[in-house]
Amino acid sequence: MIAATANTDSLSWYEASARQRIDALVDPGSFAEFIGPEQREMSPHLSIFDLPEQFDDGIVVGRGRLEGSPVLVAAQEGRFMGGAFGEVHGAKLTGLLRAARALQQDVLILFDTGGVRLQEANAGELAIAEIMRAVIEARRAGANVIGLIGGRAGCYGGGSLIAGTCSRLIVSEQGRISVSGPEVIETNKGIEEFDSRDRALVWRTMGGKHRYLIGGADTFVDDEALAFRQAAMDALKVTRGCGVAVLEAEQTRLERRLQRFGAARDAVEIWQALGIDTSTDIPALPTDAFLAAANNRENADDAR
Amino acid sequence: METLSFRLSAPTRAGGTRMQAIVGVVASGNLEVLLERAAPADSCMIDITTAAHGFGAVWDAVVRDFVARRPAGGLRISINDGGARPDTVALRLAQGVRKIEEPER
Repeated sequence: MIAATANTDSLSWYEASARQRIDALVDPGSFAEFIGPEQREMSPHLSIFDLPEQFDDGIVVGRGRLEGSPVLVAAQEGRFMGGAFGEVHGAKLTGLLRAARALQQDVLILFDTGGVRLQEANAGELAIAEIMRAVIEARRAGANVIGLIGGRAGCYGGGSLIAGTCSRLIVSEQGRISVSGPEVIETNKGIEEFDSRDRALVWRTMGGKHRYLIGGADTFVDDEALAFRQAAMDALKVTRGCGVAVLEAEQTRLERRLQRFGAARDAVEIWQALGIDTSTDIPALPTDAFLAAANNRENADDAR
Repeated sequence: METLSFRLSAPTRAGGTRMQAIVGVVASGNLEVLLERAAPADSCMIDITTAAHGFGAVWDAVVRDFVARRPAGGLRISINDGGARPDTVALRLAQGVRKIEEPER
């Protein structure tokens, strides 16, 4: 067997394509794709709307090795239809997770999605439900399901619901996690509630730093493929169960969080409540200083 | 969507041993190119599905130029196009033949 060798090239996770992310994440040359583009397993819905299709329907699934250990990997391509879930796209991830349960192998999901594809909404919503069930079943069988979030489309809508079922989440500053996106909130609640063009507001409400501070993500990394790789290797070293105790701990954590921060009008108020002296500086802090400032963050260690 | 098909004689055989390669992404002004070793070594098949209608003559010029300049013999090339400009198409095709030449790991 070839010894695990680290990938050494520097690569921005945010800028990279789905295939580049996988190549940089797993041991070199170890990735084998399932249902590759040559099989042309494409969306049956997009042609009805006269929309262009992609040969892999915007998601790459397969198996590889991480430090020599077998892992299953899925990567969404955020530039194709915003990485959104359709029927085939979702089915590929569901199938991978069912394989994880059967093989008891860990899974890495490289999220990059705006949610469900509007043109195949019903099939997409069903896919989200199937995927969430498959994540839980894989975790119940003893597999870790790790989410990696740092792509240009973020992790929104149904994607964020799936992320909520994962055993660990790794996020970069560029990664955003939220059920409703900025434009959706503004459209439904008005600009007074949320100004989607206020980028600073978007990042401090949904961005990786804030999600890490409130326990919405477990590991914060630089926008570097190597940093994601190292964090994934670390996350896989601990197997976390998924039983009643874990779910009750998660419920308790979320209730406590709501009680603690429910009245806050802005993320900065939450950071102040967390005892961060330099709360207004948080968005500008480099990773080391941020992690030091985040010492008293909310975390979910017992709850996931 | 408009579909176009070209069967061209290719002076130079594609290098390397990989059976397939894929480059690009289907997005506005971009395209994906899937290359498969599936044609006789002296010909190149190119099938295009494009969101931009009525540009057959431009595609004709771009793919003929590509086959004349690059080693494309023996390839079946399939394109999903999101309305890319001709220079972007030429770039992706060049990336594709480079990628299928890469040594297998």
